[in-house]
Amino acid sequence: MMKPILEIKNISKKFRISHNGQAYVSMRDAISSVFKKSEGTKEDFYALKDISFNVEQGECIGIIGKNGAGKSTLLKVLSRITPPTTGSIISRGRMASLLEVGTGFHPELTGRENVYLNGSILGMSRKEIQNKFDEIIDFSGTEKFLDTPLKFYSSGMQLRLAFSVAAFLEPEIMVIDEVLAVGDAEFQKKCMGKMEDINKHGRTILFVSHDLNAVQNLCKKAILLKDGQIAMTGSSQEVITHYLHSGSIASTSWAQKKELSHPHFSKIDVEIKGKQPYLKLVVHSEIKCMPEMAASFISYDIFSKLGTPVGQAIPNLEPFIKSGGAAIHLSAEIDMNGFIPGDYYLDAWLGPHFSETYDWQKECIEFSIIESPQKTRTYQHYPAHGFIVPESRLI
Amino acid sequence: MEYEIKPHQKLNLGLKEIWQFREMLFFFTWRDIKVKYKQTVLGFLWAILQPLLLMTIFSLAGKALKIPSESIPHPLFTYSALTLWMIFSTGLNNAGNSMISNANIIRKIYFPRLIIPISSVFTALFDFLMAFIILIGMLVFYHNNITFELGKFLLLVPVSILITAVSTFGVGSLLAALTIKYRDFRYVTPFLVQVLMFVTPVIYPISMFQFPGAKYVLAINPMYSAIELFRSTFNGQILELRLIAISLFFAILFFIAGIYYFRKTEAFFADLA
Repeated sequence: MMKPILEIKNISKKFRISHNGQAYVSMRDAISSVFKKSEGTKEDFYALKDISFNVEQGECIGIIGKNGAGKSTLLKVLSRITPPTTGSIISRGRMASLLEVGTGFHPELTGRENVYLNGSILGMSRKEIQNKFDEIIDFSGTEKFLDTPLKFYSSGMQLRLAFSVAAFLEPEIMVIDEVLAVGDAEFQKKCMGKMEDINKHGRTILFVSHDLNAVQNLCKKAILLKDGQIAMTGSSQEVITHYLHSGSIASTSWAQKKELSHPHFSKIDVEIKGKQPYLKLVVHSEIKCMPEMAASFISYDIFSKLGTPVGQAIPNLEPFIKSGGAAIHLSAEIDMNGFIPGDYYLDAWLGPHFSETYDWQKECIEFSIIESPQKTRTYQHYPAHGFIVPESRLI
Repeated sequence: MEYEIKPHQKLNLGLKEIWQFREMLFFFTWRDIKVKYKQTVLGFLWAILQPLLLMTIFSLAGKALKIPSESIPHPLFTYSALTLWMIFSTGLNNAGNSMISNANIIRKIYFPRLIIPISSVFTALFDFLMAFIILIGMLVFYHNNITFELGKFLLLVPVSILITAVSTFGVGSLLAALTIKYRDFRYVTPFLVQVLMFVTPVIYPISMFQFPGAKYVLAINPMYSAIELFRSTFNGQILELRLIAISLFFAILFFIAGIYYFRKTEAFFADLA
C-alpha cells in the first residue's frame, strides 16, 4: 500500500498572549525585562491541540469549524509558514498553499509582470508560467490591460487576475484557505470547476471554507475543528450534518457592567429559533428605567461582520416603555427570512424619540448563521449580492 | 520530494533549499529593480547619478579641507570607494526593511527566508554594475595620473566585490532579523549606515590617521578591506596586509553571526511580521 502523502502527527501550536497590550517587542522592553519581571500577565493559548490525521494521495479534505477553531493556523503549519510547537508532519509531495490570492502582487508592476511574480511566489517555475501564460490571461479576461500597471486595475480585475494565476497551479498537494469567498459568483463557479479538475487528476487538496455547500460538493471527507482540536472526522456529509446540529448557531449574551445614571440596557440575550429559510432572532432585553424617563421605544439593527447594515427592526413604533424604578424585561422576535450564512452583529438602541438617544449598544451581540436558506443550493453566497435571498418562484 | 516539518530544525545555511528556490530569488530581485525605477524619468541613470553627485560634493570638500587622496585624482579616489560603499549602504538599508516590506508574503507563503536579504544585496549589486561603467570611463580618462595594473585589477576587483557582498549580506540579514522583532532597528539601520560611512576610508585614506591604534580600530570595518583592495589596483600603494586580514576576519565573523541569528529566529518571522 502507498504511504499517505501527508502524515500529521500530534501537532500543537501554542501562542503566548501578553495582556499588557504590547503587539511589538521594543528593545527597551527586551532590555528592561532582563532586569525585572514583566508587569503584564502572560497566558499560553493553544490554537491547535494534538491534531493527528493522514491524507492519502488524491484525497480532497474539507476543514470546517467556527471562527477561531484553528483552521487557518492548521493551514499555516501545514504550509510551513509557522512551525508547530510540538508534533511533526511528513509531506511526500510538492505543496502549494493558497492562503490568499494575489500574494506579492505589486501595484507598480504591470499585469504581465505580476503574473510572473505571483506565479513564482506560489511555486511555479518560469517555464511553467510561460507555458500557461496565455491560458491564465484568457481565464482572467484582462488581456487588454496586460501592460498596464496593476494600480490602475479595478479591484475586481485584480482579483480575477490573481485567481487565474492560482487556478493554474498544479502542485501535488494544494492547501486552500477561504480565498474563494471574495470573487464574484460567476468567476467562483469557474474556479470551483477548476479545483474539481485538479482533484480529478489525482492531486490532493486540503480546503478550508465556511461555505458548507462548497465543501460538500468538492470534498468526500471532512474534518471538523473545535477549539483547536479535531471534533470529528468522516465523510463530508456526516461531518456537516453533525456540525449543523451541534449548536451551530451561536447565541450569545451581553451585560452592562457599569452603573449608569440614565435609562439603559442592562442585559441582552439572543437565541435563534426556526429553520432556514424562516429563522427568527429572539432578543431578550433587560432595561433599567430611571424615575424621570420619557416613554421610550427600542430598535435593533443588524450588521454584517464587515459593518454593512442589513436591516433595522423596530418591534413597536409607539414609545411604550414607561418610567419606573425597576428593570423591565422585553422579548422581541425578529424575522430573518432568507438571511445568508455568515457572522452578524446586533446593535440595540433605546430612546424616547428617534432624534434622542438614551442608550445605544453597538455590536453588543454577535451571532452566526451557518446553513444556507436554499437547501439545494450548490454555490456560495456572496455578501456582494446582498444578505438576503428573497424567496422566489416561477409563475 | 519528502520532507518533515518539526518544531526545531537543525541549524545550517540551507543552501540546497535556496538553490531550489532560485527562481523566486530571481523574481524578488527583478521586482525590486523594476519597482525602484518605475515612473522615474531618468530610470537607471539614478544608479549613476547618486554616486556621481556624492563624488562631486566629497571631492570638493576633500580639496578644500586638504584631505590627501593617495596620489590619485580626488574624484577617482572618492568615486571608486563610493561605488562599493553604495552596495553596502543600500544593501543594508534594503535588507533591514526587507522583512517588513515583504511581511504580507512571509505571512502567506513558505520559502527560505534568507532569499529576501540575498535579493536586497543583488539589487544593490545591480546599481553597482551601472556605476562601475562610469568608473571604467574615469580610469581611462585619468590613465596618465594613475598606476593601473590590469592583472591586479582583474583579480582584486571581483575579490573586493565578493567581500562587499558577503559583509552586506551578513550584516544585512542580522539587521533584517532584528528589525522584524525589534522595530527599533528601523531607526537604527539608517543611522548606523550613515555613521559607518565616516569610519570607513571612503572619503579619506586610512593613512591620514597618525595615531597608531586608530588604524586597527578602523580595520574592524569589513568594508575597509574591500575598498583598499579595490583602490590598490590603480593607486600604486602597498597594501597593509595586517589591516586587510583584520578586516577580512570581521567580514567573515559578521557573515556567520548574521546568518546564525537569522536562521535561528526565522521560524517565527511569520508570527512576528
